[in-house]
Amino acid sequence: MAGLELLSDQGYRIDGRKATELRKVQARMGVFAQADGSAYLEQGNTKALAVVYGPHEMRGSRSRTLHDRAVINCQYSMATFSTAERKRRPHGDRKSTEMSLHLKQTFEAAVMTQLYPRSQIDIYVKILQSDGGNYSVCVNAATLAVIDAGIPMRDYVCACTVGFVDETPLADLCYAEEGGGVSSLALALLPRGGQIALLQMDARLHQDHLETLMEAAMTACKGVSKVLDEVVRQHLQEVSVLTGE
Amino acid sequence: MATVQVSEAEKVYILHGIRDDLRVDGRGCEDYRHTEIETDVVSNTDGSAKVTLGHTAVLVGIKADLGKPKPMLPKEGYLEFFVDCSANATPEFEGRGGEELGTELSNTLYKVFNNKHSVDLKSLCISPGEHCWVLYVDVLLLQCDGNLYDAISIAIKAALFSTKIPKVHISADEEGAKEIELSDDPYDCMRLNVENVPCIVTLCKVGHRHVVDATLQEKACSVASLIISVTQKGTVTCMRKVGGGSLDPESIFEMTEAGKRVGKALHAPLMDLLQQEERLGTKRQKVGFLG
Repeated sequence: MAGLELLSDQGYRIDGRKATELRKVQARMGVFAQADGSAYLEQGNTKALAVVYGPHEMRGSRSRTLHDRAVINCQYSMATFSTAERKRRPHGDRKSTEMSLHLKQTFEAAVMTQLYPRSQIDIYVKILQSDGGNYSVCVNAATLAVIDAGIPMRDYVCACTVGFVDETPLADLCYAEEGGGVSSLALALLPRGGQIALLQMDARLHQDHLETLMEAAMTACKGVSKVLDEVVRQHLQEVSVLTGE
Repeated sequence: MATVQVSEAEKVYILHGIRDDLRVDGRGCEDYRHTEIETDVVSNTDGSAKVTLGHTAVLVGIKADLGKPKPMLPKEGYLEFFVDCSANATPEFEGRGGEELGTELSNTLYKVFNNKHSVDLKSLCISPGEHCWVLYVDVLLLQCDGNLYDAISIAIKAALFSTKIPKVHISADEEGAKEIELSDDPYDCMRLNVENVPCIVTLCKVGHRHVVDATLQEKACSVASLIISVTQKGTVTCMRKVGGGSLDPESIFEMTEAGKRVGKALHAPLMDLLQQEERLGTKRQKVGFLG
């Protein structure tokens, strides 16, 4: 690997984490009043905002209406100032379109869409600051927003990216690690049933290592799910105090 | 903008309230809603600010980049504006839906801010005709609840205040080729003078009176509005009538006077707040969206 040592002999990574350690996750639900559901999530230096509108009547072309379940409509965008190099367009480029599609797939697997036939649920996510793991941070933020909107889900969807360096899986990659030529794998998990909502790997990896990598990713996702659960419980407690119950 | 539907009865209620200088949310005609400002919220920008005005929320990020001065103004740097009406604000902005509003807003921002009277553009020049700083001012609309112009202008002023541009050192070798070196020290930076940066005040004509900081409901009752940019000293730098209806000259004069008064009063607490935050330095607890 060119110059950068991603995992030191002592077992520490560039930012001082251990191999299986996640970045610090901080989140808040109900950030905005106008949307049906909203959440803000920071995972290390990656920051994302997610907003949910719906379920509501189909907007735009009615031909997309599904008779037995709700349509999930996702848009992923990045603030023009979110990356080190300024972006010219916040959304509409290939990468964003692909990301929107992945998010849609993920949430179709998790949201109980059959409860809302002929309707639409909009999930919009925005990256405010990007430092690796954009997809996973978006999924985690969107999960909280969907919960805030009161839309039933099978389980939390938690996502995490893991990389493979020196025969060791690294959990929750940051930007420097993502760029370092690591073969990485993104996984979205419904932790309780252990169901996988999305799995993506674009790099070369020996088949024998795949299982350890998936195992590490699932452990990391379960870690994230614990944090999210705590955030939701905290939020509900605060809200119930406010409403005087 | 999020659409609101206001019935005839509601309109009459709002109109009569404004006539008696008491608005639906208890404010007078020249009062702003509760405003929150925080600077330095996005760490990979050179300056940023988040402003909430009622339910309206905007985030401004400024990135400084090296560029070439415009041929007509070789001794000045310049500003570039981009307003991103994100789908977060309202589903209508999805895809290309927000582009029209975004262009309208950014064009107004160019007129208000990108001139040497508002921002000290000469200080952005590095070597005349060759290199200058270009400030990319990116505005992100997160929630719309009326009065976008005012919220954006406050956020831009706050972000410009917090902008730190690294100092540069120009060295020339024997053949006269110039080389630019950026300072490595993050504390060795240049700050912008924001003394003359104006704030925009939007006045909405509702019935026979005008209000500042109109909510969406009030905006639905108004015929037209006037946006005025006012500096700290009370100088009007830009004026524009927006909206479909028409205004008579007399009320335009009245509104200009009111705008001047309100705008002048807006600057002092804003600068106070920014300086107070600045003094806290590293001891400041960053809240961002978590608060």
